[in-house]
Amino acid sequence: MVNYSNADRMRRGISTLMTTLTGLCTLLAVGALLIILFYIAYRGLGAINLQFLIDRPRPVGEGGGIGNAILGSLLLLLISSAFGLPLGICVGIYLSEIGRGRFGGVVRFIVDTLTGIPSIVTGVFVYALVVLPMRHFSAMAGGVALALIMIPIVARTTEEMLKLVPHSMREGALALGAPQWRVILGVVVPAAAPGIATGAMLAIARVSGETAPLLFTAFGSRFFPESLNQPIASLTVQIYNYAISPYDEWHAQAWAATLVLMTLVLGINIIVRFLTRKKF
Amino acid sequence: MPVEIAAPKLEVRTSASPPETNGKAKVAVRDLDFFYGRVQALHSISLEIPERIVMAFIGPSGCGKSTFLRTLNRMNDVIPGTRVGGRVLIDDHDIYAPGTDVVELRRRVGMVFQKSNPFPKSIFDNVAYGLRINRLTNSNSELAGRVEQALKDAALWNEVKDRLKTSALSLSGGQQQRLCIARALAIRPEVLLMDEPASALDPIATSKIEELIFDLKKQYTIVIVTHNMQQAARVSDTTAFFLLGKLIEVNSTEKMFTAPNEKLTEDYITGRFG
Repeated sequence: MVNYSNADRMRRGISTLMTTLTGLCTLLAVGALLIILFYIAYRGLGAINLQFLIDRPRPVGEGGGIGNAILGSLLLLLISSAFGLPLGICVGIYLSEIGRGRFGGVVRFIVDTLTGIPSIVTGVFVYALVVLPMRHFSAMAGGVALALIMIPIVARTTEEMLKLVPHSMREGALALGAPQWRVILGVVVPAAAPGIATGAMLAIARVSGETAPLLFTAFGSRFFPESLNQPIASLTVQIYNYAISPYDEWHAQAWAATLVLMTLVLGINIIVRFLTRKKF
Repeated sequence: MPVEIAAPKLEVRTSASPPETNGKAKVAVRDLDFFYGRVQALHSISLEIPERIVMAFIGPSGCGKSTFLRTLNRMNDVIPGTRVGGRVLIDDHDIYAPGTDVVELRRRVGMVFQKSNPFPKSIFDNVAYGLRINRLTNSNSELAGRVEQALKDAALWNEVKDRLKTSALSLSGGQQQRLCIARALAIRPEVLLMDEPASALDPIATSKIEELIFDLKKQYTIVIVTHNMQQAARVSDTTAFFLLGKLIEVNSTEKMFTAPNEKLTEDYITGRFG
């Protein structure tokens, strides 16, 4: 029979307590997420059918769908990714590989500040900068607003991921007579690619849920997009419009659209992870 | 009893006799000073490294031997806040002169690091990296030939020839280090700098690398930093002893380990300090 001292008992007690606490916190966070997911699926599945996925909105009582909003959201994500991802990744590369010293610090501070700007402010900013001079809402303006939200997120995650690449790898490439840009593009960035992709994913997931910046920029539309120079529908704005309407049919469609949006984000996530999986 | 290292004694640097050369000096260092910020890491080092020999740098940790090695291909340039004084001549050309092409210099002066650092690419692509970025080959078959030769020179070919497309990270530690040597050899540098290349390896892998160094000196000028004095004695022709950022003695390895000129060298080699 072993005799445990008081200190031993104390230690075991605290260990059990802390393990239980962290477990409970995890359960709470994951539980809340699961409840949200299941509730959305429960409320949304009923209204989903093929017609709903490919049709455009119709007046109350005539059914209609969110096909134009799905297409619009995808286009907006495409535009914002086309601007936001390369720019953000370049800023991240600059911060990690080139911008040491004071200027790099200033850039890092600005990027951090940008991350914290409320998205509606970004929307108003793009309204003043793009929408007013053009005199109309457009998909382009919406994409620019979303891109501005993406850039700081992508920049900081890219920087962190590049900093995880061991310094010895850079020296190895330099010692073989590689100029700095080839070291960065050929060795450092590929080594950090899965992490950079995760950062890009986070940014895409984040902006795909944005509504506020789109209200003053992409505006929304009841028709299928014909040009990027016109207002365009998006799932989030559609959900917002339907959710605040007084009709039960549109409420059901809002739930269904939410389910579609979540599935979309999940789908993009899986595709990006597959494309950037660790090859070596 | 630790030996009292009196500063004035270290000023006596003049008796560092030039090694018996079997060719002209490939690398000639003149009064080299090196600073990390305000800290002076190397004090007025002068040294000649003849062509096609193996020179070993020995000395206790922090004595500056790795720093000195890295000045020879300007690898210290990438560390912020460092400063160099004096001259390093390779083939009579000062590599610290303004206008020196550092990329071209590193192509001629290859380096193998203490910790193996393969790229997260395939075995083949690792060795081909230097050839590709420097456009040293004209065709894919020539590239494949150079890669094969480099892997053979590094005594790794037989172990990897059937899996050139697999990840370099799947190799064992000793194999990874030989891969890094193959990678450095592939671009056929004139001088090969090795910074404790065997310090993380088991005795079998170490002996393979030592045999390799012995073979390589037929073609290359090799400078090797080592903590292991038996290793220095086994592989090198000439040995340089560093202490506290100063070069204490350069001598033929045989003389160094039997009858060194300096008392400090003798104390270090016989294990009285360090």
